[in-house]
Amino acid sequence: MYGLAMAKGMLVTLKNFAKKPFTVQYPEERVKQHPRFRGEEFVWYEERCTGCASCAKFCPLGIIKIVTSPSETAPLQGDKYRLEVFDIDISRCMFCGLCVEACPYDALFMGSGFEQSAYSRKGRVIDIDQLRQAEKLPSTYFRPQLESASYKPQEGQPLDWVDVGRESWRWHEREKAGMRLQPSDASPEAISIGSPDEGRGVVEPVNEEIEEAGTVSAEETT
Amino acid sequence: MSCHLAEGNILHDTLMYRVVYDFVCPVLPAWLSYLVAGLAIMIILVNMVLLGAAVFVWAERRLLGRFHNRIGPNRWGPFGLLQPIADLIKLLTKEDLTPANADRITFFAVPIVMVMPVILVLAVVPFAKDTALANLNVGVLYILAVTSLTSVAIFMAGWSSNNRYAMFGAIRGVAVLISYEVPVVLCLLGVVMVAGSMSLSGIVAAQTVPFLLVQPLALFVFLAGTSAELNRTPFDVAEAESELVAGFHIEYSGVKFALIQTAEIGGVLTACAVTATLFLGGWSGPAASYLGWLWFGIKVAIIAFIFVWVRATFPRLRIDQLMALAWKFLLPLSMINLLATTLEVYFLRSDQGVLSTNDLWIMSGINLVVAVTSIALFGILIRDKVRPSKPTIPAGAVAPAALGEVS
Amino acid sequence: MPIRTEPMTINLGPQHPSTHGVFRLRVTFDGEEILEVEPIFGYLHRGTEKLAEERNYVQIVTLTDRLDYVSSMINNQAYCIGVEKLLGVEVPLRGQYLRTITAELQRIASHLMGIGFFMQDLGTLGTPLMYCFRTRERILDLFEMLCGARVTVSYMRPGGVFADAPEDFWPALARFMEDWETEFGEIEQLILENEIVLMRCRGVSPLPLETAINCSVSGPVLRASGLAWDWRKMDPYDAYDKVEFDVPTATNGDNYDRFWVRIQEIHQSARIIRQCVEQIEPGEVRLKLPLVLRAEPGAEAYGRVEASKGELAFYLVSDGGISPYRCKIRSPSQINLTVTEHLLVGWKLADMIVTLGSLDINMGEVDR
Repeated sequence: MYGLAMAKGMLVTLKNFAKKPFTVQYPEERVKQHPRFRGEEFVWYEERCTGCASCAKFCPLGIIKIVTSPSETAPLQGDKYRLEVFDIDISRCMFCGLCVEACPYDALFMGSGFEQSAYSRKGRVIDIDQLRQAEKLPSTYFRPQLESASYKPQEGQPLDWVDVGRESWRWHEREKAGMRLQPSDASPEAISIGSPDEGRGVVEPVNEEIEEAGTVSAEETT
Repeated sequence: MSCHLAEGNILHDTLMYRVVYDFVCPVLPAWLSYLVAGLAIMIILVNMVLLGAAVFVWAERRLLGRFHNRIGPNRWGPFGLLQPIADLIKLLTKEDLTPANADRITFFAVPIVMVMPVILVLAVVPFAKDTALANLNVGVLYILAVTSLTSVAIFMAGWSSNNRYAMFGAIRGVAVLISYEVPVVLCLLGVVMVAGSMSLSGIVAAQTVPFLLVQPLALFVFLAGTSAELNRTPFDVAEAESELVAGFHIEYSGVKFALIQTAEIGGVLTACAVTATLFLGGWSGPAASYLGWLWFGIKVAIIAFIFVWVRATFPRLRIDQLMALAWKFLLPLSMINLLATTLEVYFLRSDQGVLSTNDLWIMSGINLVVAVTSIALFGILIRDKVRPSKPTIPAGAVAPAALGEVS
Repeated sequence: MPIRTEPMTINLGPQHPSTHGVFRLRVTFDGEEILEVEPIFGYLHRGTEKLAEERNYVQIVTLTDRLDYVSSMINNQAYCIGVEKLLGVEVPLRGQYLRTITAELQRIASHLMGIGFFMQDLGTLGTPLMYCFRTRERILDLFEMLCGARVTVSYMRPGGVFADAPEDFWPALARFMEDWETEFGEIEQLILENEIVLMRCRGVSPLPLETAINCSVSGPVLRASGLAWDWRKMDPYDAYDKVEFDVPTATNGDNYDRFWVRIQEIHQSARIIRQCVEQIEPGEVRLKLPLVLRAEPGAEAYGRVEASKGELAFYLVSDGGISPYRCKIRSPSQINLTVTEHLLVGWKLADMIVTLGSLDINMGEVDR
């Protein structure tokens, strides 16, 4: 009969009237974010970065600016470049994640936040200091090693640089560990990828491995 | 000098007026007491409309939110109750624009002309026993006369804005308002006939059986007609957000816009109040002399909920379909109702011309049958024009050669 | 004295609530009836084709997200198929299935949005739209799980997809496939046979098949006119030749048929997804290709898919460099928009809005 479907429609709306709303009240409630979420505040590990500027070259918008100079400390040990400028103009960033995809050394990660703002576009240029100090909650986007360790950045567990690399690149970790920094074992429940004990903190600059690793990384990223 | 309103005075029946008059009478001269009492109930009335509109705005937004399966405004105040105040502050602080080539005087007059009928209509509605602000003996006629002012206001808005969208909206609005007056008047005739009175208090008193049951067809036509007159979906062609952006009030901003919104929302409330009075028995209910206002409020809320519910569910009709609905569907229905009611009243009434409660029950039985049959009949008559003929899903795709055959 | 009437010209848009973006129509009315229509677009022109000429093949994927921003996955797919044809490579099987699943999910999301805004144009107060968004939201959630973004996904790459789905994606997808039927059933109950919808849409603005073909219309708009023309059947790409599905067609080509075809396509998409989930096997998802791709000088390729709005195609010409020499986008929305005059003249203002809604155009794609 005419009008029956309209009555049915009224019933549908009435049924939904009684349902729990599917929207959430944003600042208090949040929808669940997924570990691969490509968010703001890039996570950058200076210890891993070689200054190769692959990210800058691969950025479709060209918003990453990198200036390096040859390092004086230990050029023979592989510490070839020192980063002077690492600016990301995040106000123009579209979070496509291609810079992360291009990084051969697992030094750059997408962040997991989305709530940053500034009064001017200039204020949204992230410089190297901000990148250094930023909270290290890397997204698992394009980082299968983090995903297989079922790391969830939304749980607020910061990751140290030694924990985020692919296993095949432990040379990097070993070498850098000996050279510049002591990896912090401060957080015992920190998730670590691969075997954490092996080669950590060992001062053993191994020059041959660098080249070998270089070829590996070239293959890995293709 | 007696300090009480004389028994024969026309204003004596109005409880609120009488109370105020009796209160000020000992201190003031009689003519001033009349004036003060009049002003007092005017202030009550205006504030009632404003407050009612504010609450209804909040309620409608919350309800619509729930119908949409979302939350609705809940930030400002408990449950978002202060939201209308926030809206009002926003609207009051906005720049009040007048288009360069607008007819300034008419443009300025529109909000006033729009708000006026809404407030005036409420004056005759009894909120509780003896609490109508003016107990007119031609209440129904008065309501119909006053509400038709809105069409003038809509056309003034459309014409003076010097905007083609506004003009479109105004022409549509006037066409709709004038068309829907007819079925609404005819279905109210039935109510008046059964009640034997045109005064709203009289109609309430006559409802020993709610007219919802006695006049179901009239209620249906009245609800459809009023929601068309109030520009609410599915009949909101004059505003038609997706077509005309805002229709006749597209150029209004700031305070004027706030007034127009008040008029529209107040109009809905008024319509609810009138419907509750005419069809749901107004303030009558258990312990009506004390709790009349409560029953009245509950009935208004129920009708308002139905208005919002309908608004949340249906798409808009096109203007020609809307006209067709008025003239080809609602008008015949109200005629049928009128005919049935006339015959029933003619045969059932006593020699004094009074209908007893039993008569009303008999009438409600007959009218329910009449309503269902006539709506079903019309449904079947229209069905062929809108029946969905189901398109088919072919088992596989047509071979590319088919393209050659077709083109 | 005779009453004089005169036609009235109205600019509908570029700022108008129901032009689906910055679209402008200059319409001449005689009362409510339309005498003349002149669509004007280009307000959202961003030069995507030119921008593509100075980006490398992988970077262009991010540009395609922004063409038809409610069906980014399918845009990615069309472009990647173009590049794969240009390079002459084939995607691993699992990659193909993943692409098919995501593209069909995106088709559901896009059609849901089409239906929702169609109903909004019909004048509902947002109720069907919100219900459609409720379901779409869950699809976007799946996308976020898959690739980290909800709308501008950039999930696919020339040679596959950038990564395999995470483990918790499959249970989430299964849950969605279970729930969405009831959710969508509600929407169907609310709008599919609603008498007002039927009154407003049946027989309004019919598009004869001949006109549709002559105007090169594609997608649901063409299928509503009666031709079962679907590139997923005609020229199967990715995993579409391995799944079974029907191509819903209607006969009249009026507004209701276009709307109806979309609803039926949603059901077919769900069918495809179910089959894909059953058939998918572990394996590689992405070909080992260099990060910076180069094609043979002079190579050209035409990659086309059946996008949610019609045939979306990328015509790529290479000069041997790292970016295409020319990247021409055949966007379905723009070409479907060319029938506006055939559809609108003689109908009423209210019908015009509904017809535009039933064409389901997306200005990001029209203006590129």
